[in-house]
Amino acid sequence: MSALLEVKGLKVQVEDNEILHGLDLTVNEGEIHAIMGPNGSGKSTLSHVIAGKPGYEVTGGEILFKGEDLLEMEPDERAAKGVFLAFQYPVEIPGVATMTFLRTALNAQRKARGESEFSTPDFLKKVKEVSARLSIPQDMLRRGVNVGFSGGEKKRNEVLQMALFEPSLCILDEMDSGLDIDALRIAADGVNALRSKGRSMVVITHYQRLLNYIIPDVVHVMSKGRVVKTGGKDLALELEKSGYAQFEDKAA
Amino acid sequence: MNVALVKSKAEQPSGELFASARSRLPGAGPVADVRQKAFDDFEKRGLPHRRIEEWKYTDLRALLREVAPLAASPDKAALTRAKAAVTALGVEGTLNLVLVDGVFAPELSDAVKEKAVKVQTLREVLDNASNPSRADLLLTSVASDAMISLNAAMATDGVLVFVDDNAKLSKPIHIVHVATAAGASAFTRSLVKIGNGAHVTLVESFVAAEGAKTYQVYDSTVVSIGDEAELQHLRLVDDARDAANITTAVFTLGAKAKLNTFGLTQGASVSRYQGFITFAGEGSELSTNGVNLLGGKRLGDTTFVVDHSVPHCTSREVFRAVLDDQSHSVFQGRIVVRQYAQKTDGKMMTRALLLSDEAEADNKPELEIFADDVVCGHGATAGALDEGLLFYLRARGLPEKEAQALLISAFVGEAIESIVDDNLRDWAVATAERWLAARG
Repeated sequence: MSALLEVKGLKVQVEDNEILHGLDLTVNEGEIHAIMGPNGSGKSTLSHVIAGKPGYEVTGGEILFKGEDLLEMEPDERAAKGVFLAFQYPVEIPGVATMTFLRTALNAQRKARGESEFSTPDFLKKVKEVSARLSIPQDMLRRGVNVGFSGGEKKRNEVLQMALFEPSLCILDEMDSGLDIDALRIAADGVNALRSKGRSMVVITHYQRLLNYIIPDVVHVMSKGRVVKTGGKDLALELEKSGYAQFEDKAA
Repeated sequence: MNVALVKSKAEQPSGELFASARSRLPGAGPVADVRQKAFDDFEKRGLPHRRIEEWKYTDLRALLREVAPLAASPDKAALTRAKAAVTALGVEGTLNLVLVDGVFAPELSDAVKEKAVKVQTLREVLDNASNPSRADLLLTSVASDAMISLNAAMATDGVLVFVDDNAKLSKPIHIVHVATAAGASAFTRSLVKIGNGAHVTLVESFVAAEGAKTYQVYDSTVVSIGDEAELQHLRLVDDARDAANITTAVFTLGAKAKLNTFGLTQGASVSRYQGFITFAGEGSELSTNGVNLLGGKRLGDTTFVVDHSVPHCTSREVFRAVLDDQSHSVFQGRIVVRQYAQKTDGKMMTRALLLSDEAEADNKPELEIFADDVVCGHGATAGALDEGLLFYLRARGLPEKEAQALLISAFVGEAIESIVDDNLRDWAVATAERWLAARG
């Protein structure tokens, strides 16, 4: 099994405040990793830096994706290479119809990879198929991107994009935040349907609950900008019982 | 107090401009008298400058220096170039009335087949000595300034469109202004009179033919909308990037009338659209949307005065600007609510999208309210493209320019949505897309 994502000694700061202090993480092809940790441990920072969000300064270490230096790439290049960040809070984009957005994004990625653009009928067929599976009504696709969507609908829209773009690395940032149990189940089912040998996932969450639905291969505990413990899926259950306090002490 | 200002060369309007144009200006007798008076007024005032409140952001003395001489009547070659420019406009299905360098061009215009519509040229009416009120065509009652006077003095031609009561026109009427000249001015004045209960779509566009440059357009449009009549109005300014376009528009609405107007300005080094809209009958509605798409060092000024002189009327004004480089957008909006105009509902909003640190958006809302039972308001926003939205799009694979273009289209699109006619809306979208494409 070869490494898809290798984060080595990553140090990141925002303004003058160092948030990640030399983080290491390796995700192999086809693996599902969960990253758990308390608020402020740097989980979201890690996901943002992998996706290329501006405003973070990398002061040390590297991130390799399929052996290539990810930090050298623009966010759109990373997307075209197969990195997908499912946002904790997907933004609303009034005036841009969801369908237009999906097609523009998909074709931009394909173009960047030197592939031909999707034909309209093929594209529509694919969207229809995936959206039906995720219980996304067609009229939602005609509306502005995420405009007026409920929390659950927004997350399903993220999963819809994941299914369309077929990335090799999905980072799910707090996918469970703001979702009730039914909405969570639908979104998680959508994610599980995308599990495959060639696709890795990094599931970032506070709570063990999500991991009942998306079963990870590896669980990491983050605290104060470092991975402080790595284990199997049972580690999540253990955390649920004992809390994060033990690791906070360790990191300090 | 008497203040004698020492005039610099730029501040001295040239009497030569009028004298040399005289022989080409239609209308003798009372028309010539009105012209002379108007020119005297212009000479006295000179080009508006920043010390005049209404022009504080658009100092024509500094921007234009002087009024360029009257353009020659278009010759055959000019008409050929103008024809190509009309074709390049890319809109079909409109009844075109074409003015080339300020002169009506019958060979480029469509024949009027609808019985309910009568079209005349300004020139023929001004020259018709048997019409006792012909000189009135040059008068503007709702406002007075140097540029209104200049237009009255110098107007060479224009179209007069009369639409019968209750007519529902099958095609939009399209007044096309084409410039072919270099370093010259065109002065036009048009009038549109819409009968009671009639439904009309009016398009005005300003374009440059190949080779046209550093020209100046001075237009005036006077529109009256009858009781229970409805006007859909679309105005597009796509003049040469070194040209100037100074236009005064006067709209008067009867009772239970509707005016929905949309303006898109992306051309001209300096453009000023000053609109005076008066509610003269109760129960009428105004909706106006405008978009300035500017780059380089261009300046686009929209100045609207909406006069609620009667009760129970509604006005909505939304102006947007997308500003690149060192461009400058100005919106001055005044809402006047007269003492007896109770139950007035007037709102205006400006939204500026600044794509560069050096772009500038100025907003000057003014409310003058003399009635006590009204709802009036104004608001303004200005800012760069939302970083969060941009990142979302880029994280989905859109390169920076494409992500920006998509967000700009969405911003402009919200205004374009107000255009009722599908064909014209598509045209406005295509025109805006061209600006976006040229940008990046």
